[in-house]
Amino acid sequence: MSDPVAPERAKDVRAAAAAWLERRERGAWSNDQQTAFDAWMNASLQHRTAYWRVADAWHRTDRLRVLGAPMRAQAASPKKTAPWLFRGMAAALVVAMAGGVAYKTYFANPAAKTYSTTIGGRETLAFADGSEIDLNTDTVVRTAVSRDKRMVWLDKGEAYFRIKHDAAHPFVVIAGGHRVTDLGTQFIVRREEGRLEVSLVEGRAQVDAANGSVRPETLKPGDVLVATATTMAVTKKAPAVLTDKLGWRQGVIVFRHTTLADAAAEFNRYSNTQLVIKGGETAHLTVVGTFRANDMTSFVEVAQTIFGLKAARRDNEIVLSR
Amino acid sequence: MTDTPDRSREPTHTGTSMSASGLEEWFVREVLPLEAALMQFLRRSLRNKDDADDVCQDVYALVCEAAQQKQPHPVKPFVFTVARNLLINRVRRDQIVSIEAVADLDVLGIAVDEPGPDRSVMARQDLHRLQAALEHLPPRCRQAVVLRKIDGLSYREIAARMGIGEDTVSEYLTHGMFALADMLNADAPQKGDAS
Repeated sequence: MSDPVAPERAKDVRAAAAAWLERRERGAWSNDQQTAFDAWMNASLQHRTAYWRVADAWHRTDRLRVLGAPMRAQAASPKKTAPWLFRGMAAALVVAMAGGVAYKTYFANPAAKTYSTTIGGRETLAFADGSEIDLNTDTVVRTAVSRDKRMVWLDKGEAYFRIKHDAAHPFVVIAGGHRVTDLGTQFIVRREEGRLEVSLVEGRAQVDAANGSVRPETLKPGDVLVATATTMAVTKKAPAVLTDKLGWRQGVIVFRHTTLADAAAEFNRYSNTQLVIKGGETAHLTVVGTFRANDMTSFVEVAQTIFGLKAARRDNEIVLSR
Repeated sequence: MTDTPDRSREPTHTGTSMSASGLEEWFVREVLPLEAALMQFLRRSLRNKDDADDVCQDVYALVCEAAQQKQPHPVKPFVFTVARNLLINRVRRDQIVSIEAVADLDVLGIAVDEPGPDRSVMARQDLHRLQAALEHLPPRCRQAVVLRKIDGLSYREIAARMGIGEDTVSEYLTHGMFALADMLNADAPQKGDAS
C-alpha cells in the first residue's frame, strides 16, 4: 500500500463534475451550494479539469440551437467493398487453371539479377511494369522480370511485394521449395530456416510446394500461411496484424503480447549484436510496443526498467536476465 | 500526487505563467482537443477504458499544475510525455506487462511536433459530431437534452412535456452532460485516422 489515500477514479470524478454542472444549470443556486462547489473544485486539479471538460462539452452543445429542429438520425453510409476484390476473384480462376504449365522450370535456378540488403538494411526495387518489392533486413532476392516473364527468387530474408497484376504474366515468387503465384496482389514473404511465411495484404495469391507434397492454397486478404518442408497451414488475421507485420517498412517492429524471447529474435534480425534472454520465466514475459528496429539499446533499457532485469553487455551480445 | 513524472525526460518548456482564470481557458483551448489522440495512445497500453480515463485525468492535472508555473510550449509533446511517464509509473506499480508506454512517441504514429487539432476546424465539425453524439444518447436522455438545448425549455417545462418529475430531468441531463463530454472529446475522430 504505497498510496495513503486511494486515488479517485476518473469516472467518479467526471460523474461528480457533471452533477455539479447540472446543479448550476438548474439554477436557484444557493450560497451554501457555491461554498460546497468551491470546496470541491479546490480539492484537486483533477476535479477542476474534469469540471472544465464537461462544462466545455455542454457549452459546445449550444451550437445545436442553430439547427432549430430536433435531431434526425443520419444513416451511416455503409462502407463500400473494394471492387478489386471481385476482379481478383475472376482472375484467380483463370490463373489457377494455367498454374500447372512449366511447373518444373519455376524451381530451377536461372541466371538473374541479384539484390541484397545488409543486416539492418532496407531497400525498394521498382520494376518497369510498376511492381515494387521492398526488401527487409538481411535479404537476398534474384529477379528475372521482363515483358513476358516475371519471376523472383527469395533466397533469404523478407520482402513485401506490390504487384501490378497481369493475368497473362503472373508474378511468381520462389522461396526454397515453395512457389507463390500472385494474382494481382500485395503480400509479404518471409523466409527463415525451415520455415516460410506468406501474408496476403491485398488481392489473391496461390502457394504451392515444389514436391507437390501438399495441396496448393489460395490466399485471401488477411490470410497468413506458414509452410515447412511438409506442411502448410493458413490462419486468418486481423488487418492490424498485417499492418504490424509491415512495420519494418517504416523502420519499426511492433509487438503485441509478444514474448521477450520472440521479441529478442526479432531484434536480432536487424543487428549484429545479438540479444539473449536468460531464464525461462524471463523469456515468457510479454511485451506490447512499437520500437525502432535498429535500436536494440532502447528496447533493452525499456525491458530493464519495466521488468527490473539486468543487462550484461559483451562483445556482440547483450544478455537480459533477472 | 504520488506519481510524479520523470522531469528529465520531458521536453523543455518555456513561456509565461498563467492566472487562475487563464488556466481554464488555456486548458480548454490547448489541452482538451488532444484528448482523442491521448486516449488512443493510452488505450494501446491500457485495455480497460476506466484505467485509461484515470491516467487521462492525472495527465490533465499534472499538465495544468505545470502550466500554473510555466506554460508549456509546444503543448502536445509535453502532454504526451507526461502521459508516457505516468504510464511507466503505472506499469511499475501494477506490473502490467506492457511496455508500449515507453516506446519513443515518434514511432507510435503520433506526430508530437504536429500541432493539435485546430479549434476552428473542430468547430465546423462540431455540428456533425454533436448530432452523432446526441444520437448515441439513450432516447429519453436525448429528448431531455434536446428540449433543454434546442428548445431552451425550463426544467419544469421539460418535466411537463416528458411526463416526468424534475429530478428525473436532472438525472437525464446529468447523464447527458457526462456522456457528451466523452463523445465530444475522447471519441472525436482523429486527423489521419486509418478508418
